[in-house]
Amino acid sequence: MVTLTDGSRFGSPYRYPGHRGAPVIRFDNVSKTYPKQNRPALRDVSLEIEKGEFVFLVGSSGSGKSTFLRLLLREERASHGAVHVLGKDLARLSNWKVPQMRRQLGTVFQDFRLLPNKTVGENVAFALEVIGKPRTAIRKTVPEVLDLVGLGGKDDRMPGELSGGEQQRVAIARAFVNRPMLLIADEPTGNLDPQTSVGIMKLLDRINRTGTTVVMATHDQQIVDQMRKRVIELEKGRLVRDQSRGVYGYQH
Amino acid sequence: MRAQFVLSEIGVGLRRNLTMTFAVIVSVALSLALFGGSLLMREQVSTMKGYWYDKVNVSIFLCNKNDKETAANCTKGAVTEAQKQEISSELKRMNIVESVQFETSEEAYKHYKEQFGDSPLAASLTPDQMQESFRIKLKDPERFDVISTAFAARPGVQEVQDQKKLVGDLFNLLNGMNFAALGVMTLMLIVALMLIVNTVRVSAFSRRRETGIMRLVGASSFYIQMPFIMEAAIAGLLGAGFACVLLVSGQYFLVNNWLVDKIDVINFIGWDAVLAKLPLVLAIGLLMPALAAFVALRKYLKV
Repeated sequence: MVTLTDGSRFGSPYRYPGHRGAPVIRFDNVSKTYPKQNRPALRDVSLEIEKGEFVFLVGSSGSGKSTFLRLLLREERASHGAVHVLGKDLARLSNWKVPQMRRQLGTVFQDFRLLPNKTVGENVAFALEVIGKPRTAIRKTVPEVLDLVGLGGKDDRMPGELSGGEQQRVAIARAFVNRPMLLIADEPTGNLDPQTSVGIMKLLDRINRTGTTVVMATHDQQIVDQMRKRVIELEKGRLVRDQSRGVYGYQH
Repeated sequence: MRAQFVLSEIGVGLRRNLTMTFAVIVSVALSLALFGGSLLMREQVSTMKGYWYDKVNVSIFLCNKNDKETAANCTKGAVTEAQKQEISSELKRMNIVESVQFETSEEAYKHYKEQFGDSPLAASLTPDQMQESFRIKLKDPERFDVISTAFAARPGVQEVQDQKKLVGDLFNLLNGMNFAALGVMTLMLIVALMLIVNTVRVSAFSRRRETGIMRLVGASSFYIQMPFIMEAAIAGLLGAGFACVLLVSGQYFLVNNWLVDKIDVINFIGWDAVLAKLPLVLAIGLLMPALAAFVALRKYLKV
């Protein structure tokens, strides 16, 4: 089990993950077939994820994890069924409203996706600049959030000067700087060594404790087994396991 | 803040594609210079056509009191009222004639002034020196000879003139040149647009990392696309600026300093006509590349 320190720095009360309300994510019989493909990437998936939950999405490559996340981000639309994210039916969300929806989500990827020619601070600020936040607010928020992910004082470093774990922290800072309701992480520890991964997981857990729902796709058995959070397993596009306080799986 | 951010993005984009931007500027400049030139040429032609050219086919010029010595048909002096009446009623009886208008010397003076403006030739004229004339529109423009044989030898008629024959060849030449200019312009414009599309494609590709991140953090598609569109618009505007310089220097060196001295019977279009075209050229130079970039982005930049 990962042990956590000073979760109180976020200042938000810990919310019990099981509390009822409108689900943050709801899939109703969702199928997704990509054009010119016979086999659906996602087949009749139904699930709900509540506010404040921490969910691992597991499954082998090609099981539909990425499709699942792409549907959440509305990079793709479901072929059948309805996807609700933060109370909105994504099928009915018009294209020009999608950016507004994405501002309420944070995303973290395996490859960090930082801009190599901008400093750490600029990378985080970029997320605020492009949605038109005033400069004074940006100057105030960026050091705060960097402090929060444990990179206080490294505003002026370039991403290339940082370790992989630190770069991922920058990416998390950028994802979290808007205080999103939902954080989507696609194998955030995929490029990191186990020791560094634990640090990233602690950070994600702390973010989760502020009330942000976290959905994380991963292949990292050790982390899933240690954290004992809800586990959703996909296999060939089907939802085969949905277990609270689950482990990675048996066959791996 | 946003403006500064966008401007720096545009600067980076333009510098990154310097050669491509240069090509866009040159092709936009050439195509718009041709466009402006052909507009001006058309205006020149219509100035030269004068008031009656498109309205009538045949003009019957009547003798003026000053024509006694100069014109062979007018030795008997100016045309009389009775002669005018006779010609007029006869014209109206002919069934090949569609309409007849009588131009008094006052009107002739006015139209002449309009056509030749303040050229030295026009300045020395007075209304009573102008000839009166019948301006005739025919049902079939080819039947000029009927009018000519009927009235050419009439007392009081100085000359029967087939309007088209007089300057038709010149206008045909000018119109031909105009079409050629428009054709070349169209080609250059297509080249310019394809260059813009390609520039946008390269630009979108080289910045896919930034745009991908912008998309993730919820930048509006307008915000993502704007730097690309502005890049194309700025390149286009620079091209249009060069086109304006070409047009102005064409008017200054070619027309004002050369043609005006060589050919003094033509009233050349002036600065007002040239300057009036510049805003149009600039607007097209700004909007068209922006539109092309917008269309290209729909294909090459997922938002």
